[in-house]
Amino acid sequence: MVVADNTQQTTRLYELLSKVVDPEIPVLTLQDLGVLRAITVEDDEIKVTITPTYAGCPALETMRADIETTLAQAGFPSVTVKQSLSPAWTTDWMSEAGRKKLFEYGIAPPAAAACGRETGPAACPQCGSTDTQLVSEFGSTACKALHQCQDCREPFDYFKCI
Amino acid sequence: MDAIQNTALVNYCIALGDDSLTLGHRLSEWCSKGPFLEEDLALSNVALDFIGRARMFYAHAAELEGRGRSEDDIAYLRDCREYRNFLINELPNGDFGFTMARQLMVDVYDTGFFTGLMQSAEPQLAAIAAKAVKESRYHLRRSEEWIKRLGDGTGESHARVQNAFNQLWGYAAEMFEMTADEQLLLEAGIAVDRAGLQSDWDAKMHAVLEESTLDIPAADWTIGGGREGRHSEHLGYLLAELQFLQRAYPGQEW
Repeated sequence: MVVADNTQQTTRLYELLSKVVDPEIPVLTLQDLGVLRAITVEDDEIKVTITPTYAGCPALETMRADIETTLAQAGFPSVTVKQSLSPAWTTDWMSEAGRKKLFEYGIAPPAAAACGRETGPAACPQCGSTDTQLVSEFGSTACKALHQCQDCREPFDYFKCI
Repeated sequence: MDAIQNTALVNYCIALGDDSLTLGHRLSEWCSKGPFLEEDLALSNVALDFIGRARMFYAHAAELEGRGRSEDDIAYLRDCREYRNFLINELPNGDFGFTMARQLMVDVYDTGFFTGLMQSAEPQLAAIAAKAVKESRYHLRRSEEWIKRLGDGTGESHARVQNAFNQLWGYAAEMFEMTADEQLLLEAGIAVDRAGLQSDWDAKMHAVLEESTLDIPAADWTIGGGREGRHSEHLGYLLAELQFLQRAYPGQEW
């Protein structure tokens, strides 16, 4: 997280935005996900910087609208939401709290450090078994793959490493 | 940056957007028609990545151009001859083997191309490339697995995917031919030297095909022209579907 301005107002804005969640994975806040990159306040102009998880992720427009609505309702009607591509988003930015929440929600969190070829879920989020198998490289959203537990036989989403 | 270079850069971004949009559209045609549910989702997800990439390139082109055109104008209001995509991306999907054979050829090319573009002196292009390369590496994992599975599978799957590569092979040539615009941008450190990507592409494709028990198709024909706006008849039908709504109801939103 890049905190460019530590004034009281910025702290307040972070508090407000800590309630904005991913529309497709509502247990994760944008901060947990690492999508919220910065909030800056200059001359009363509020600028929120977010980064897309995937280039075509349709949730991004909803996230943008949710940020604007949340801040407008709290008395900040004039907000610019900026999209930044560099550095490119990585699952390494997902918070520890976020990983824990994902697991409890039934989605296996991404392996801690991104992106080896052999990475996969550490354990089945239903029964905790480590004996799991890849069903498909792509799941219900761009950020997930589909796996199945070989012990309890439950299929589950794995938040893939990128 | 002078005006000539800026125009070349706008054209460069549009061509890269066109590659992404045409293939993204083709892949989206599989939605609800995939061979099974998981594969249907995968094809649609990959389509989304390509369409997202197209948006980024078009949005950047529109900004550089500074003439009030939007990313949507660039996508919806140009006709065939103004599209600059490689022909391979506009070809109809064929069967699943054909779609995956094309995908492998494009994914191998894209991982090399975007790795190069990450070094571009133009910061936004480098940023888009850094995003795209991660996705393309992931796409490649899947297309490579599928080709091995189909090539080294049943007699039927082997024959179909071999036939697909035979039909597609000559379309690869234009991926490695530089245009005059690109040459100019290459000298400024902005563009990728595509001619220089061919040996790695050949090596990777040969390795995957051999492991898949497939023959390397004979290199006895090539076809090109996409970057000059000379297309197959298929692009017209693709654009007719893609652009219909905006042509019939200009500026329509929902």
